[in-house]
Amino acid sequence: MIMIENLSKAFTLHNQGGVRIPVMAGAALRVSPGECLGLTGQSGAGKSTLMRMVYGNYLADGGRILVGDTDVAAADPREIVALRRATLGYVSQFLRVVPRVPTLEVVAEPLLRLGVAGVEARARAADLLARLNIPERLWSLSPTTFSGGEQQRVNIARGFAHPYPALLLDEPTASLDARNREVVLALIEEAKVRGAAILGIFHDEPARARVCDRLVDVTGFTPGLAA
Amino acid sequence: MMGAADLNIPVRMKEQPLLSVRDLGKRYGQRIGCRGVSFDLYPGEVLGIVGESGSGKSTLLSCLAGQQRPDEGRILFDGTDVLALSEAARRRLLRGDWAYVHQNPRDGLRMGVSAGGNVGERLMAVGARNYGVIRETAIDWLGRVEIAAERIDDRPSAFSGGMQQRLQIARNLVTGPRLVFMDEPTGGLDVSVQARLLDLLRGLVRDLGLSAIIVTHDLAVVRLLADRLMVMKSGHVVETGLTDQVLDDPQHGYTQLLVSSVLQV
Repeated sequence: MIMIENLSKAFTLHNQGGVRIPVMAGAALRVSPGECLGLTGQSGAGKSTLMRMVYGNYLADGGRILVGDTDVAAADPREIVALRRATLGYVSQFLRVVPRVPTLEVVAEPLLRLGVAGVEARARAADLLARLNIPERLWSLSPTTFSGGEQQRVNIARGFAHPYPALLLDEPTASLDARNREVVLALIEEAKVRGAAILGIFHDEPARARVCDRLVDVTGFTPGLAA
Repeated sequence: MMGAADLNIPVRMKEQPLLSVRDLGKRYGQRIGCRGVSFDLYPGEVLGIVGESGSGKSTLLSCLAGQQRPDEGRILFDGTDVLALSEAARRRLLRGDWAYVHQNPRDGLRMGVSAGGNVGERLMAVGARNYGVIRETAIDWLGRVEIAAERIDDRPSAFSGGMQQRLQIARNLVTGPRLVFMDEPTGGLDVSVQARLLDLLRGLVRDLGLSAIIVTHDLAVVRLLADRLMVMKSGHVVETGLTDQVLDDPQHGYTQLLVSSVLQV
């Protein structure tokens, strides 16, 4: 479902003397439906960079990033928007929302964008929020005022609202207590059972051991760090 | 878990661009307003145009929206050559399929006419005649932009800036346009009012399947509203791409400067 081949990337800083910083070379991996692949490597090795390239946030300089039939490295913006809408989900570490929009709407939005009826989308959002132990009295409030752990859970609910065939998870269990961590791990396991291909970064080692089927150390893709 | 099939997701068809722009240019004497601008906008797509004052973004918008005549280039709307239209046909387009939201609501509203009249007037311009229907539609639209029905007979001059802007949006969208041009739609509003307007615009674009072109200097606004960005400098497009890609991984030196100059909150 996700296939990366010979991927490379450099940042060119035009306002700092045009210095060119190669950050990735020869990256390759493959994630099958129902499989969870964990990215490992020290901080700065390029785990998040690789995730952002798969999501289309960062441009690739060379190589291919196939998600389903779409090559993210070559797709035009419209194709990536469509891919993100229906096929590729992303749970980042930060919640980025329009201020003042109620939590229930924030979580239902990915479904509303797909044309799912409002009642159905909100019911699904409510299920997930309840499961993630966000008290119902908070659902009508904007999550921008929530604690870090609550925002993280809202972000997870939003990321799992639609059953994406491919999912990117950036530290989904960070800043969660034991009970909510368990809920998130169960959501990941359920997503695998329904056939989602998952690419994740987990600093939480027991969580990684539990949900990941394989690990890839990105240090091997980092120019200057590779052995 | 549910599958996509359980959620009744409509299948999207292959689409043609709603607006096709090729090599558009406008000069003011020797000075370049904008030059060599080409892009396609698809149904339901929101394009953000960013750049600092004098970058040509407002010139481009006014050429696209038919407020100024470009010196060169082509604009096709739904296959029709807009620049070749008769004056009458062009006016019909401006009243019906197109809408223009001005930065200053005073430029887009009739300040001496009631709120209901402002909305109803545009309906009448496309042929609505039944008073009851017009008033009902106006009330419905005031509600959608969160203006209480009892304010229908008040003049916009009695409204706050945020309400005036919402009224301008209602007046523009009541005829069901397919393409909306917006010039700094959240400029000049308090931050809290801006957020409310952003939420409203996002919901309307999503629910009505509108295409929109938004000119702004506010990168936070385009991040939340636009699918795609065009960065302008000195009348030229220097970079285009997916909005978060242009903001998170800008390729052109000017865009890098623009993005790194935003104050972090």
